[in-house]
Amino acid sequence: MSLDSATVRRIAKLARIRVDDAEVGVLQTELNAILGYVDQLNEVNVEGVAPLSGGAQMAMRLREDLVTDGEQAENILANAPDRVGQFFAVPKVVE
Amino acid sequence: MSLLNLTIAQASAALAAKKFSAVELTAAHNAAIAALNPRLNAYITTTPELALAQAQAADARIAAGTATPLTGIPLAIKDLFCTAGVRTTAASKILEPFIPPYESTVTRQLLEAGTICLGKANLDEFAMGSSNITSGYGPVENPWKRNGSDAKLVPGGSSGGSAAAVAARLALGATGTDTGGSIRQPASFTGLAGIKPTYGRCSRYGIVAFASSLDQAGPMARTVEDCAILLGAMAGFDPHDSTSAERAVPDFTAATGRGVKGLRIGIPAEYRMDGMSGEISALWEKGVAWLREQGAEIVDISLPHTKYGLAVYYIVAPAEASSNLARYDGVRFGKRVDGEDLIDMYERTRAAGFGPEVKRRIMIGTYVLSHGYYDAYYLKAQKVRNLILRDFNNAFEKVDAILTPTAPSAAFGLGEKMDDPVTMYLNDVFTVPASLAGVPAMSIPAGLSAEGLPLGLQVIGKHFDEETVFAVSAALERAAGFTALPSVRAE
Repeated sequence: MSLDSATVRRIAKLARIRVDDAEVGVLQTELNAILGYVDQLNEVNVEGVAPLSGGAQMAMRLREDLVTDGEQAENILANAPDRVGQFFAVPKVVE
Repeated sequence: MSLLNLTIAQASAALAAKKFSAVELTAAHNAAIAALNPRLNAYITTTPELALAQAQAADARIAAGTATPLTGIPLAIKDLFCTAGVRTTAASKILEPFIPPYESTVTRQLLEAGTICLGKANLDEFAMGSSNITSGYGPVENPWKRNGSDAKLVPGGSSGGSAAAVAARLALGATGTDTGGSIRQPASFTGLAGIKPTYGRCSRYGIVAFASSLDQAGPMARTVEDCAILLGAMAGFDPHDSTSAERAVPDFTAATGRGVKGLRIGIPAEYRMDGMSGEISALWEKGVAWLREQGAEIVDISLPHTKYGLAVYYIVAPAEASSNLARYDGVRFGKRVDGEDLIDMYERTRAAGFGPEVKRRIMIGTYVLSHGYYDAYYLKAQKVRNLILRDFNNAFEKVDAILTPTAPSAAFGLGEKMDDPVTMYLNDVFTVPASLAGVPAMSIPAGLSAEGLPLGLQVIGKHFDEETVFAVSAALERAAGFTALPSVRAE
């Protein structure tokens, strides 16, 4: 499979990364090189093989559904680029 | 007595015997960093005052008789570990202003053991790279040089700053993280020992996430024993990480003295790749001979899906990265670039904050997870990943550990292998399979190339059997007798 420039723009949009026209061509070449390389997986017969999602050879652990942390608003907001009181502030979303 | 050219074990014994103080040891390292870091760029942030304050506390602890083997030992901390009150960048411009309000579990455990934080070590941006050239804070220079040449070489990556700092005598040891080879390959390029433990052995809590099913923290140091001492303090169960293993931490240091008599060591046929350099295969043969001489039994094995490891990795890791890095949107932390509206703000923030390699991987990950391509790429890669795990499980029915080269070459020059991303990715061909399977693997310095550069051998073990990995690695280390030093180093 080979990506065209429209697909590169669509992926960038999905990834929320602004790309200018000059970047599209470069990205298209680089992404196609990577996809060309991974295409070799088509040689492998995976019939009946379950997907392996994790590195941990164990069952997921559960814990009691209890509050164990909190009351840290100032710590959490300390790195915010913009805030209003105890809220993160963003550009206006609804007119 | 040089305070810089010591192993951790030696420094620990000398501190206990009051031959020098932790303050003296730390001050010597601070001075060495001030002199050499402007050239090598091994640290993004240095913390000399914090280090001295920690050293004073360490001296008090040594005087009170409550020291551990790591009390007063100065370390470089990869700038991917969140350190409370100390800027943590992940080598990305997007995190330039980020000061974590909390400490990662691994560094908290190291601090509790009494180690000193000299500073935050450089790395590839978000740990994505094999040469440290993708750092948003400039590349790291490898302290090693080719014979008769002053050309700048890369230290490997992504833990390149950690590697350069320890090799150049700007720290006694370092923390690294390894997602596809990021501890082992830079260790190999700089003449150090470094271990990626079993997935789940060290908590990932507070480590800036790259690919969560692969990321593991581990130590880098000058000897196998030093790595064992460090890993003992870094490892252990942590309820803050849902993939942390609920297992006791064995005595890794004791394991380094076990020897290899009677152990079965597997040599995988598939790692003899077309075009492998004669130097690398000769070193591998030497490693086989060293283990045989010490009483190990050498067994030919097959890991049939080895050649697909990189292709699986370059689907799985970017997919997880695209999801993990969605959090950098200019809202809760990090840098923001204003835009016309919210979406424009996200897009401008991420375009300005991420470097080219990170953007490439986010985009590949976004594509392989997108509607219509998920099955063809991501699901397929996960299935082949399972076959790679099966290969290891089958092999470990016949052998106790596996011996391979760590990397296909010695350190290369800054600016080489830049033609296209795939050429750079091939660096990880021998390290990625163990990452995908989640098994522990260690690189140890085994010899020098004809050009005078260090080359590493890799020992791969069974899940949660780091002890055998340490035993085999220590046996190789004893036989190799690697004593060469880099030409750029603090004295």
